[in-house]
Amino acid sequence: MMKIPALLLHVVVLVSLTLVAALVSAAPPPPAARERALVHMVRQDCGACHGLTLGGGLGPALTPEALAGKPVDALVATVMDGRPGTPMPPFRGIVSEAEAYWIIDRLMQGFPADQGLAQRVGQH
Amino acid sequence: MSNANVRLSPPLLWAGILALMVWLLSACTTATPGPALRGTGDLGVLVERADGRVKIVDTSARRVLAEVDGLGDLSHASVVFSRDARYAYVFGRDGGLTKVDLLTERIERRIMQSGNAIGGAISQDGRIVVAQNYSPGGIKAFDADTLELLADVPATYGDDGLRSKVVGLADLPGNRFAYALFDAGEIRVTDLSDPAHPRTERYGAGRQPYDGLVTPDGRYYIAGLFGEDGLALLDLWRPEQGVRRILAGYGKGDAPLPVYKMPHLRGWAIAGGRAYLPAIGRHEVLVVDTGSWQEVGRIAVKSQPVFVMARPDGREVWVNFAFPDNGWVQVIDTLAQRLTDTLQPGRAILHMEFAPRGEVVWLSSRDDNQVFIYDTASHRQLGHFAAASPSGIFFTSRAARTGF
Repeated sequence: MMKIPALLLHVVVLVSLTLVAALVSAAPPPPAARERALVHMVRQDCGACHGLTLGGGLGPALTPEALAGKPVDALVATVMDGRPGTPMPPFRGIVSEAEAYWIIDRLMQGFPADQGLAQRVGQH
Repeated sequence: MSNANVRLSPPLLWAGILALMVWLLSACTTATPGPALRGTGDLGVLVERADGRVKIVDTSARRVLAEVDGLGDLSHASVVFSRDARYAYVFGRDGGLTKVDLLTERIERRIMQSGNAIGGAISQDGRIVVAQNYSPGGIKAFDADTLELLADVPATYGDDGLRSKVVGLADLPGNRFAYALFDAGEIRVTDLSDPAHPRTERYGAGRQPYDGLVTPDGRYYIAGLFGEDGLALLDLWRPEQGVRRILAGYGKGDAPLPVYKMPHLRGWAIAGGRAYLPAIGRHEVLVVDTGSWQEVGRIAVKSQPVFVMARPDGREVWVNFAFPDNGWVQVIDTLAQRLTDTLQPGRAILHMEFAPRGEVVWLSSRDDNQVFIYDTASHRQLGHFAAASPSGIFFTSRAARTGF
């Protein structure tokens, strides 16, 4: 059998690893990872005004009791376009309309607990 | 050889018992040592917001000394210290007020004082702890020793008995407290020098004040306004002059950007006769002369500033940013009046706290579950440690500072 030169072997391994890494990062995030990121965002960043437990703060409570009976389309519109005259900002560009429907639906059922974000590559 | 029926002679038996007693007594002594003597000037508290826990930290050794659990909902928690810097008063979002002993590393007292709170302050003489509440809107004063309620001052406004959310509570000389009413657009100053008979003065502030600060000398109270371009300034030496608008129209009529996190004004940056203030809805830090209160400049930054904090020597101002740009930190040189560094310490940098004299700064990275320690001369990372979803970092040097 022909002996592969060591340098060539190194180059081949490096190039294939780079390709694998590039393909993995180019793929769209799986829905599960996106859901986890959305839950984290709602709990932590929406929570800055609405409270980590979503029990309210500068913004109103987002608990199932507080949202009961409210029209879903109007709630989605509030997420997407904000509420002028109040500090509620639009999230268009940060979440899609389908994701806003998912968030409202989950809020009305009782929002899932935050699992945190996935660990960063090279996490300490 | 069997030892089943060995009979000890009495002297040998007694020698054995004596040895046992000595051993037991010495074991008692080592099992319950007295607390090691130490000062608290280099201690601090780190909030782990999602777990209702604080870590007690040592800023000299740069390590965690202890964890204290059971503090409730700590989203937007803030901390003030007793004047002896032994106790931390932790104000939780859920209205919990917890007094933590930094030396015994235990909860000394804990009460639920409201349904929804946003922080607190401690009086000039250290005897009164005051909580600011969203719901029911108002402030409440407590005995700093016992946490017994001393005064309840509702933030009532209008003719229908509505209560406003209270923001921007700050301690003032004379056991007075300044705060702003988000819904009522007012600044109020409550004198608690006789807690049984609080006296409150009211001043029109502007639309939707979102936070406030007091200058280090306790003279000026400034409320940031969400509902209009500008800030409200009250000269507490001459309150009869009322509120003056500063930086009016700083947005120059441009539509502000969406605000994903309200800036914080406590932890102000006042350095070299200038105040550095976050522009709400803009990627700018506004610079104001603290003599004339006129704008003297503005510094374009990465995103919308949340905390704009002066290094204790005033030579640098460090800035962190709102979601979704909260992984960035920028440094302003106050002499050159320009940015000198842009850092990415970790994901979701929620808070920064300088060591008492500013040689290092601690940064909490919520989404990487780390606290990073940076050298403020080289801007290089010196170390880090794990913490669960860390937010506020509070060092005991705050105990001696007005407005902290």
